[in-house]
Amino acid sequence: MDALVAQYSRPAHQEGFADEDQQQLTADIQPPLSLKFALPPIASSQQWLRAMTDDNSNPNCPIKIAHGTTTLAFRFKGGIIVATDSRATAGNWIASQTVKKVIEINSCLLGTMAGGAADCQYWLAYLGMQCRLHELRHKRRITVCAASKILANLVYSYKGMGLSMGTMCAGVTPSEGPALYYIDSDGTRLAGNLFCVGSGQTFAYGVLDAQYNYDLSDEDALELGRRSILAATHRDAFSGGFINLYHVKEDGWVKHGFTDTNGVFWDTKLNKGEFSNVTANLD
Amino acid sequence: MASLFNAQSMLDQPSYSFAQPTSHSEPRQHSFYPYTDNGGSTLGISGQDFAILAGDTRSTSGYNINTRYAPKLFKIGGDGPNNTGSKIVLSVVGFAADGRALKERLDTVVKMYKYQHGKDISVGACAQRLSHILYSKRFFPYYVTAILGGIDEEGKGALYSYDPVGSYEREQCRAAGAASSLIMPFLDNQVNLKNQYDASQPQGFGKEPLKPQPLSRPHVESLVNDAFTSAVERHIEVGDGLQMMIITKDGIEETYAPLKKD
Repeated sequence: MDALVAQYSRPAHQEGFADEDQQQLTADIQPPLSLKFALPPIASSQQWLRAMTDDNSNPNCPIKIAHGTTTLAFRFKGGIIVATDSRATAGNWIASQTVKKVIEINSCLLGTMAGGAADCQYWLAYLGMQCRLHELRHKRRITVCAASKILANLVYSYKGMGLSMGTMCAGVTPSEGPALYYIDSDGTRLAGNLFCVGSGQTFAYGVLDAQYNYDLSDEDALELGRRSILAATHRDAFSGGFINLYHVKEDGWVKHGFTDTNGVFWDTKLNKGEFSNVTANLD
Repeated sequence: MASLFNAQSMLDQPSYSFAQPTSHSEPRQHSFYPYTDNGGSTLGISGQDFAILAGDTRSTSGYNINTRYAPKLFKIGGDGPNNTGSKIVLSVVGFAADGRALKERLDTVVKMYKYQHGKDISVGACAQRLSHILYSKRFFPYYVTAILGGIDEEGKGALYSYDPVGSYEREQCRAAGAASSLIMPFLDNQVNLKNQYDASQPQGFGKEPLKPQPLSRPHVESLVNDAFTSAVERHIEVGDGLQMMIITKDGIEETYAPLKKD
């Protein structure tokens, strides 16, 4: 049996690959998802990184990192609604209007991204890998509680290094039901029913808190998510683009479109009579 | 002779970039500045069965022009030092040395992939790998904005754009570098047809927006040309030459056209 396994588990073209130089070359190249990071050759690497990349404290910093902005998620009787905008800014420059800020970790788990776009993309991909490994090792899906803790412990180990992320993990598992966690780069990890994260969070909270009810129907909940993001894109300059909507149910998440805010705004104004402070005509 | 090798005199006059102010009364200032902005701009557009990457060839530091021919486009993978037969192109703009180092690293990774797996890497996998390479220097970033172009597994043109620390996204078109703020709005208008509506349809609320159509190769080439000739008119760090690489299923075609040299 072992002989059979050995025969088939090694790719045929790797035979005779024992050449030392090539082995060294392979070893030098880091694995795709590694925890080894290059550091600048100075003592105060954290201050240096801040001086180079923090466009908030220094608008003339040379490296402008793309930032994400308004995201929200809330729990209700039908599951969890996750909604985000899609704008990425680098300083005052709109780097992209089509960012996917909901990251699909697996078929039952979603992550949202606010803060540094690269930090969120990389670490949620890493989390996806850890969740898959957990699944293979334990023969059952990871709980949202455990997944969020992997992420929280991870970012805590990099505390003070300059990571910037505010993320929410939403998912449904048989043992927990629908579960929602907020994790940020300071190391905070909170379970809750309702979170808004990003520069537009206050505007989203304003609408969400006013209308939120645990017993909302699926349609009303989706509409509330959409309306809260719309409010944020309307008042926060760093939010905009498209509204990305997801509904997490017992048997996995369902995507409910990537819709241009412009169309949603005019529909809300003209067909529902909201935003009456905005005039369409100049007279 | 002794004075030449006097270590003490070297320490007295720190002249290299690691020098820190010695007085403790002054506020500490970071004098470790390992980057130079070499200016220039790059641009990529993907079509139905091709992707085009382009970049000007001027290299500047401050107001000085260092050279009029420094390519920003690099073939990735393929065989040998000339990357024969490769179907992936990387464009880098920002700090040219970091750009070179990044290209070198990605090229090695892509070539090692072929040795180990016996097949060419897909653009999707290469794009994710590039993101991880950029992120591995999260705390000491590469000062570059990268765009990666190729042909995906369905034969469609693929274009991926990056920020300096590796967040990435697949897009139809992207401009990067010094003149990105001049070129990107032009691309939004001409490629994605943003804020344009069908004039033959009823106007007002719910009016029909124009749907972006896949563009033909000659059309895209003329858009690239217009983008760069216009950027040269209004940006001092862009000019001299326009290098273009057109990736199709048959490989990479490289063209060079002169731009204004003033």
